Amino acid sequence: MPVRVGIPRFLGYFSYYPWWKTFFEELGLEVVTSPPTNQQILNAGVAEAVNDACIPIKLYHGHVMEIKDQVDILFVPRLVKVRKFGTETFCPKFLGLPDLLQASINNLPEMLDTRVDLTRGCFELFRISRELGERFGASLSKITRAYLHACQALQGYRGLMSRGMFADDALECMEKGYKASQQKEQGSLSIAVLGYPYLVYDNFINMDIVKRLKTLGARALTVEMVSPRQLLREAKNMPKQMFWHYSNRAMHAAYYYLNRKRVDGIIHVTAFACGPDAMLDRLMEIESRRLGRMPFLTLSIDEETGTGGVETRLEAFIDMLKRRRVLE
Amino acid sequence: MKITYPHMGYSYIAFKMLINDLGYEPVVPPEPSKRTIDLGARYAPEFACIPYKVLLGTYLETIEMGAEMAISSGGVGPCRAGYYGVMHQKILNELGYDFKVFILEPPQSNYLDFIKKLKVLKPSVMSWRTFIQLIKKGYSKLEAIDEMEFLMYRFMPYEISKGDTARAFKIALDMLDQAQTEDEIEDARWECRKVMAKVPQDRSRDPLKIGIIGEIYVVLEPAVNFYIQKTLGEMGVYTDRSIWLTSYAQKNVVVEGKVGERDIHEMAHPYLNEMIGGHGINSIGEIVIYAKGGYDGVIQLAPFSCIPEIMAKGIVPRVSREEGIPVMTIFIDEQTAAAGVLTRLEAFLDLLQRRREQKTVKERLA
Ligand code: SF4
Ligand code: SF4
Repeated sequence: MPVRVGIPRFLGYFSYYPWWKTFFEELGLEVVTSPPTNQQILNAGVAEAVNDACIPIKLYHGHVMEIKDQVDILFVPRLVKVRKFGTETFCPKFLGLPDLLQASINNLPEMLDTRVDLTRGCFELFRISRELGERFGASLSKITRAYLHACQALQGYRGLMSRGMFADDALECMEKGYKASQQKEQGSLSIAVLGYPYLVYDNFINMDIVKRLKTLGARALTVEMVSPRQLLREAKNMPKQMFWHYSNRAMHAAYYYLNRKRVDGIIHVTAFACGPDAMLDRLMEIESRRLGRMPFLTLSIDEETGTGGVETRLEAFIDMLKRRRVLE
Repeated sequence: MKITYPHMGYSYIAFKMLINDLGYEPVVPPEPSKRTIDLGARYAPEFACIPYKVLLGTYLETIEMGAEMAISSGGVGPCRAGYYGVMHQKILNELGYDFKVFILEPPQSNYLDFIKKLKVLKPSVMSWRTFIQLIKKGYSKLEAIDEMEFLMYRFMPYEISKGDTARAFKIALDMLDQAQTEDEIEDARWECRKVMAKVPQDRSRDPLKIGIIGEIYVVLEPAVNFYIQKTLGEMGVYTDRSIWLTSYAQKNVVVEGKVGERDIHEMAHPYLNEMIGGHGINSIGEIVIYAKGGYDGVIQLAPFSCIPEIMAKGIVPRVSREEGIPVMTIFIDEQTAAAGVLTRLEAFLDLLQRRREQKTVKERLA
């Protein structure tokens, strides 16, 4: 029986899953991914994690709980840095995640807490792959092949996203081998839905915001739909960069959409009591007002957010945008 | 120009002198009060951490007092403190104030930038030598203040009549405040030590020993942490805190000479293997150090929503269990009430006292 590695479907998942899956499968392992977030996962996470943690961290605990007994090894990479950009790292909660799990969940299977700091050298990712591969006794040529395919898969995934697909559509597309049909989504309004990938793309926890917008006649645009190069070009708008990878990306995307006037409004999806977002959210709000009085809505998510509340707030926001449009 | 700065414990005395020496007019920030915190909380993002709110409140209060600029430190992250300056500036601008928040990034991040920034502060007629001397002088005052505060907490649990040590500390602070030249500061420091040492003490007592750890600002600012060390001292508890502004007192923490950052990281292993910003890893490492140093318990002070301290808190139960030392976490935000904290403190002390008694019984039986 092949070794089963477990991948929690949360946090880094939305950014890197194709790489992980391809790589492990090429090595001959069986990849077990936790199911999409559901109420049970949420409950388990809330029960297990330190109660002052933000909801994404709790959810991650929930996903781990869901699969920990079905796998031989759990893949919980310690994501530290993925690009050289000032002092940027991931949110400190990502940095300490493996230690946190270790402290709060009993009977964990063996944990693969590979440290990912890609600023350490040009071939760092390959070095990490090699380390991972050797851990499972793969030969160098096999590792190299797996590595190349993994990088390809990730590139494909990112390509799909930059062409306007959402994470789950893009993943499905890759899974089934569809050719990406240029999705020209209909909608009279365009709205930038900004925030961390695990909030914007997890449809359970954000209460299906994308679909809701669609029924209201609005098209959602995300951070991932802007190319990294264009994002970086927006960095100059900030007097000082933030320290957190995803926060910088979200803020740069906000500037991108603001400066180009490509959207009718901005929605910031944020987790209740998220540390970095306390700063990011206010900055986005101030800048939206400053750069062309762009309508701005903060959608804060917590354990008890009712769908009702979200629905009414979204409706009111869209109504306001439509009225604004008529006036113009 | 009228310049202000953040209020952090008793350091304001040294900064007042330094700014004055440089030829500016210092606006001494008032000790953070209910009003400071309310002001800050009103305009800050809801989930900003308490240091951010207190600082914003302080700036608003000192603006009323005529301050035109604040000097604060930056911090290189990966925590929010490093972004305070930018956000304070943006929010104050939005409120329509013409107030500059001047951030001195610590030199590790960028030496050139640091010197360039320092240059702005240096009056053009002053030579670099004088400038550096003045800064050194300020530092020695800071060190003297730290030493007296340190002594106060050392002596408090042994004082024979309540309040003596605190009174002596007050006198010492005044003396240091008066001292202006390098020599005067040195003399005052000697005098202060004598004043502190004169407090009558009963050394036969064996007080409970508690280590105080956590996020730097709430550990350093008594007005925000409900004067926790003083309160405990008055209850007859010996406290030691892990964070000080100057390295003088820092060096004295727990086991002499063994508090380099490296050691802390070593101590934190295997519980936490990564720097997580702020004082997260220190908090974990210090619990281990206090446990090994024979302390009865540890109190972790953390701003509500503080990222590194929440992480630390998540790991604390494991450390506490495996090292055999009780740890209590106190989260602080604008709604934390002093009365609640006091009740929890009392309960915690009870627990520690009982543990100690059980231990002695066990030892006697063995
Ligand atoms: S960025 Fe915010 S939501 Fe994400 S892990 Fe950090 S604190 Fe939680
Ligand atoms: S360490 Fe805590 S209190 Fe300090 S900036 Fe970070 S989150 Fe805020």
